[in-house]
Order: sequence, then C-alpha cells, then structure tokens
Amino acid sequence: MRIQLPLLICAIVGIFMAVQYFVPALLPIYNRLNDYLQIVYAFSIVLGVASVLHRHGGKVQKRRKDWVYSLAAIAAMVLMMLAGFIEGRGSGTLFQNLFNAVLLPVQATMFALLAFYLASASFRAFRTRSTDATVLLVAAVIVMIGRLDDGRSLAIPDMARWILNTPNLVAKRAILIGVGLGMASTALKVVLGIERSYLGSGKE
Amino acid sequence: MRPCRIAATISIALLPFASLTTPEAQELNPPSLPPVSDLSVEDKPLDAGEALKISFSRSPGDPAGHGPVTRYELFRSGPGGTEFVAVKSFQAQQAGNRFSYEDLNLRPGRDYAYFVRTHLQNGAYVDGARVGPVAPIRQWFFTNKFNTLITTALFIALVLFMIRAAKQGRELFIRKIAGLDAIDEAVGRCTEMGKPTLYVPGISTIADVATIASLNILGQVAKRIASYQSRILVPNRDPIVFPVTQDVVKLAFTEAGYPHNYRPDDIYFVTNDQFAYAAAVCGTMVRERPGANLLLGMFAAESLVLAETGASVGAIQIAGTDAISQLPFFVTACDYTIIGEELYAASAYIGRETSLLGSLKGQDYFKAVCIVLIVIGVLAMTLGVILEGAPFNFVKEMLRVRSTGG
Repeated sequence: MRIQLPLLICAIVGIFMAVQYFVPALLPIYNRLNDYLQIVYAFSIVLGVASVLHRHGGKVQKRRKDWVYSLAAIAAMVLMMLAGFIEGRGSGTLFQNLFNAVLLPVQATMFALLAFYLASASFRAFRTRSTDATVLLVAAVIVMIGRLDDGRSLAIPDMARWILNTPNLVAKRAILIGVGLGMASTALKVVLGIERSYLGSGKE
Repeated sequence: MRPCRIAATISIALLPFASLTTPEAQELNPPSLPPVSDLSVEDKPLDAGEALKISFSRSPGDPAGHGPVTRYELFRSGPGGTEFVAVKSFQAQQAGNRFSYEDLNLRPGRDYAYFVRTHLQNGAYVDGARVGPVAPIRQWFFTNKFNTLITTALFIALVLFMIRAAKQGRELFIRKIAGLDAIDEAVGRCTEMGKPTLYVPGISTIADVATIASLNILGQVAKRIASYQSRILVPNRDPIVFPVTQDVVKLAFTEAGYPHNYRPDDIYFVTNDQFAYAAAVCGTMVRERPGANLLLGMFAAESLVLAETGASVGAIQIAGTDAISQLPFFVTACDYTIIGEELYAASAYIGRETSLLGSLKGQDYFKAVCIVLIVIGVLAMTLGVILEGAPFNFVKEMLRVRSTGG
C-alpha cells in the first residue's frame, strides 16, 4: 500500500493533466488543482522552517563548530517573521526596510560575484589546448567584438550574428528537441508507474 | 400670494441646485448623439464556456475620441434576466475605433445580455440597443491541438512498444554516457577519501520534470552511497522538494541495508531565495569539502557560482541540466556535463532496468521520426522557394507547428 497508493494518485492526476491539455472544458478543474498546489506549498513552508530550526538549533545547542553563524541564521529568520507578523509588509515597515537595506544588497553582491566567476571560467574555456577549444575561442572573440561598433568595418557584427543565429541556434534547437522528448518520456514513465526510483525499488 | 404660485417660485429658485443634488445623469431624450449600434457578443472559442467576446465601435458622433463622449460603459444582465450592471468602462480618449473586452467567469450555457451606454461631457448619456441573449458554450476539444494529440499518441505508442519489446528480451544498445559512468567513480572517490558527496537537486519546484528526473537519479546515487557506507548531503531550495528528497534518501539507505547510516540532518532545507541558496551551498562546499559535487536538475544564474566554487575546493564535479543557457557554464567549470536529454536518461542508464531502457529506445526512435520530418520540411520549404511553391504547400502546411496556446 505504501507504494501502490502514491502510484495510483500519481497515475490519476497525471492522466487528468494530460487529458485537460486537450479539453477546454476541464480548465476550471485544472485551475482548481493549481490552487490546491498553492495550499500544499504554504504547508510545506512550515516543514522548511522546521528543518532550518532543527538543523541550526541543534548546532547551537551542541555548540558545534561555527554555531554562531547558525545562531545568526535563526535570529535573522525570527526577526523577519516577527517584523512581518507585527507590522505587515507595506512600504516603510521594518520588514520592508530589512528587505531593502539588507537582503537586496546581499543578493546583489552574490549576483555581482558572477562577473568574476565568468572571467575565470572564460579563461579556462578559451585556453587553446585542442582544436575544439580553438574554434570556441575564435567564435567567442568574433561574437565579443561583434557587440562593439569598432568591428563594423570588418563585417564582424554580421559574422557574430551568423554564428549566433545559425550554428549556435541549430545546436540549441537540437538540444531542445531532445529535452522535450526526454521530458515527455519521463512524465509518461512516472505517470504509468514504470519509473519509480523516487519511491525506492518498489518492493513493499 | 396663492399657494401654487409660491410653490412654483420655490421650485424655480431651487432649479439651479437640482443638478447638484441629483447624482444620476439624465438620458438624452431625444438623443442628440447616435448610440453605439454595432455591439457584437459572441462565444469565446476553445474555452470552458466561461467567457464571451464583446466588441463595439465608437458612436458615429464620436470620431477618434474627439467628440463630446467621455466614456463608454458596458452593461450586462445575467441568467434569468437579472438587472443590468456595469461590467466595464472604456475611456473615449483611448486609441482605436473599436473597443473589445472578454467577459470572464460566466456560467456555461446560461443566457447573458449586454448594451453599451455612451456618456457625454454634459453628464447625459445615451443607451445602445440590447444584444442577447447569448450563452457561452463549453468546448470539449482544442481543435488547434490536433497535431499535438496525434504526435503524443504516436510517441506514447512507440515508447510502450519498446518497453514491451525490452521486457520480452530484445537486445537494446544504449550508447555510453561518460557523465553518468563517472557518477560511480565520483562516489567511490568520496568513499576512499572519507568525504561526503554533495547532491544539489536544482532550484526548481517539484512541478519541473528536470527536478523529477533529478530525484530519480538521487534514488540511484543514494543507494550506491549507502552501500559504500558513505555520506550524502542534499541541500534543498524548494520546500516541497525537500521532504521528497528526504524520503528518497531514507528509502535508499533502507533498501541498501544500512538504515542506521541515514542522517536526517544531511538532507535539509536551506532557503527559498535563489542567491541565498547559492551562498549556502557554496558555504557547504567550502566547509564540508565534499569529494564530489553532483549538480543535477534545473539551474539558473547561480549555476556558475556553484560550479566555480566546487572547482575551487577540488571536488570532482558532475553537472546536468536541461537549461540550455546554463550548459556552457557547467561545461567550462565541471569535469563532466550531462547535457539536456541525458539528464532524463540518467535514471534508466544507472539503474539498468529493462523497462526503463526500453523507454529510452522508444525515445530514440521517435527522435529519428522527428529528424525525418525535419528533413522533409526543409526539402519542401527549399523546393517550394525554388519552384515557387504550390506543389509543396500542402507539406509545409502539414508540418507547420501550430500555436498551442489556449
């Protein structure tokens, strides 16, 4: 029963979702099911919060290595929750100020790190150790110069456009077709209960 | 003074204030402006019978919004001839000569009637003719998805046929996928070094097929790790994916015969925020120094942050995603990259279960069908251009990808 019941629910919901894609009359039920998903999601947030408290709380309680950071994580979470519950999330509230003055800059900092990682990754990728890497380097240089006005006299912007719109796009579409078929196949296997790795081997 | 003259005098004196005290504007009688006369109400096609499409042109006395009209107001009467209520207002100044509106959330098969009220600058209004009753009709098939239905049916039939063939013992050749072969090597390396394996199931929700594919791989990988009596760390971004990963790993450890080695704290929820999650996973990489990082699932801008940090701590890295824009980052920063559809094939490839391998073969054959169709389409288009068309137009039309929205 532990295996059969989830498989049955999965099959019913999966087949319904496939059928509703072709039947307009089922759209209201589809929308209703999506609403239910929001409710499930809201409940799952509680599980997430419990996990964070359990993990970091245990670390603080047992004074494990770097427990101070765990304490900071719990304190930040509780502070945001209290700020939201007491004052709401409107403009000028503590919650909004914390969000704007702390969370956003920290997120922006993480995002900004990408520039440096991009530089180091490009350096590794463009080292001409093989024919493939050389082709990659030449294509990348053309595309990069093609973005600049200076390359116009040598028709480099046109070459860059051709690289992006022809060989690059062909490869992307080939991958997309494969991805689409893979998605459909995986969905079919899960709905029919053929793929059940997420439920273990299927032995009761 | 006679009482009737007194009353008349008072009423004349109060007349200027009458317009201030009466909230309702007066209907023009007789109308000095022609009313909206071409109100059209029709059923919205391809829906659940909950909407009507309404459109009308400006009043002939209101050319391009420069006339005396301030706004047009659409009124609706519901099933059973209920009172007319305003449902939508259109400003006369807005561009275009035709106004359109979709009246949503109606009841299928019930009658509705409409009319348009034209409001003038002097506060008066003129009503157009009533149109109706019109009933929204529930449709039972998206006719624009007929091609998709045929293709889907063909695909399902092919996959099921190949699964059956595989079960009957047919030999199936599956090409080697280096990235998937390397998973075993990576897990073994972690065990030898006494380090944990870090498994990141992507940042998407459970509704994403890439996440489901990742969970399937997690089941297989966790079983290997459990049988080696090693350790796995699974940080989660989505609160629904989190309990599922916990269950998958727990089950894998139980089936491998080492339930006591399962550590619930190693499969944990981090945060729902993309970059906070990336920061936390990078922190885990730096602190725990995993021997292998498996980044499998759906990734976005954080992919390079994770992969570069992983490379900097010296872990063997295997990444796989169906997000095309992130693939170059993984190819650059990781030892092995599982590209696109290989992610979906991974569970079958690692598990080597016959029926799953059969489905892979079915997928491959359907890809061959796609290739043939693409070649026919390219030829038809090319010949159509060269020979100016007509004989090949039917092929073009047949292969045209139709809009599936709706």
